[in-house]
Amino acid sequence: MTLHPGRGFAAINYPIGMNLGGDPSQALVHSNPDGKFTVALSSIDLGQGMKSVTRQIAAETLGVPVEDVYVDTADSDTGPHCMGSFASRGTHRVGNAVIQAAKEARAVMMEAAAEELEVNPDDLVTDGKGNIHVKGAPSRSIGTGTACAAAQFKQGKTVSGRGIFLVPLSPVDPETGEMTPVTCFAHAAMVVDIEVDDETGEVSVTQMNSAYELGRALNPKLVEQQLVGGAWMGMSHALWETTEPYYPDRSHGPIDFNDYLMPGPGDIAPHHISILERPAPDGPFGGKGPGEMCANPVLPAVANAVFNAVGVRITDLPITPEKVLRGIRANGGAKPQRRW
Amino acid sequence: MARTPIEFRHNGRDQAIFVEEGSNLLDVLRRGVGDFAPKYGCGQGTCGCCTVLVDGEPHLSCLTLAETVAGRSIETTSGLGKGVELHPLQQAFMDNFAAQCGYCTPGMLMAAKSLLDHNPSPSRQEVVEAIAGNICRCTGYEPIIAAVLDASSRMSGRRSA
Ligand code: FES
Ligand code: FES
Repeated sequence: MTLHPGRGFAAINYPIGMNLGGDPSQALVHSNPDGKFTVALSSIDLGQGMKSVTRQIAAETLGVPVEDVYVDTADSDTGPHCMGSFASRGTHRVGNAVIQAAKEARAVMMEAAAEELEVNPDDLVTDGKGNIHVKGAPSRSIGTGTACAAAQFKQGKTVSGRGIFLVPLSPVDPETGEMTPVTCFAHAAMVVDIEVDDETGEVSVTQMNSAYELGRALNPKLVEQQLVGGAWMGMSHALWETTEPYYPDRSHGPIDFNDYLMPGPGDIAPHHISILERPAPDGPFGGKGPGEMCANPVLPAVANAVFNAVGVRITDLPITPEKVLRGIRANGGAKPQRRW
Repeated sequence: MARTPIEFRHNGRDQAIFVEEGSNLLDVLRRGVGDFAPKYGCGQGTCGCCTVLVDGEPHLSCLTLAETVAGRSIETTSGLGKGVELHPLQQAFMDNFAAQCGYCTPGMLMAAKSLLDHNPSPSRQEVVEAIAGNICRCTGYEPIIAAVLDASSRMSGRRSA
């Protein structure tokens, strides 16, 4: 038995969002009776951070503390429309819709404040800490909550705003098939180190090194968390997850967590990540978003590493020990490729 | 169906409840007691998100016959914190971003608590082994391992202080 080390590299471009029917998402922002804000979305947060990032975006645009914003994604039947949390579109599409809605709501809040302070709304600024004051005269100020309350209970205004992000549909050129499917791309490169056991065909990942360019990282900790978890998922797709083999028929295949395997805590490898920030011109505060692409470079990088380690080129996923062993046998033994 | 009265400790309080014959502890905790911290993931003992402690040992509550816990002490994540004060493990999970969707978290916390109760300064490998029966689909495990090690060092700091 020999353990063959291998190293594989992959680089990817990942489109943010897509070109179906304009890929729209909407947001509604309004002030509550207590002068704080609710952002209503149908964009589901299943742990990826949708609520946190839209909360930050709304607070930044409104000019209020992040604590004063509540994001409600409770019900996609009654909430504003969203295409969904997929295709790495959340931060970019929904974030843009939130900015538009928050701007409109902010304008009403500033008008209300101007009326209370008896000044021109153009002369007012927010300090992000919950105050609106006259430019250059911080003592002439009013709380954002007080201004919103005045609007609702004295001036008879709703402090609210509507936002939508809709990409103009890009028609497909009938001659060439050319189209512009997305508004921006994120990028990643990854080097994966592995070991292949030529007796069992098992592949173990020993180290991952990656660089991701995904616009501005609006919440760096959440970005890192997604990249670490997503790379695990990529490992899982590359080496573990399958409903095969099934002998002699489907009903004998993996149908539960006993046989449908995923890497456990003992199978993970150190992962070093660099995040390169190149703000996207059309992204909310420059953000594009990690999303699906977290998993993607791992698959080709692992496949390349397997080839590098034992000379077996596997073209269908996942790269199970059975496939590796068959490949090694077909080649008449492990054929380590040139060392790096 | 026959219903049996049983009594057990639930997070330090006495609990008396009628359970249906053959019902599992997860069901009894969630539907009978109203403690929704332990989660139903697979119902067949392979995901670990229903993990609770029975007399300090981790058990998969979906596979535990409710009648067998009569007279024993059950701990779940709802009993970890004291009021608003979080258990060091909960705080470390937050600080290390050890939860994304959070579905595995109650089971992870209980598996980790049992480890630290028995072995306050575990090695990384011991942490890995302690949570090996718990599936997480989101975090890639690294933040969870980091959180448990972090909690362990915070708690030992507290002990030596
Ligand atoms: S629900 Fe008990 S192990 Fe999955
Ligand atoms: S945080 Fe989602 S399963 Fe662990």
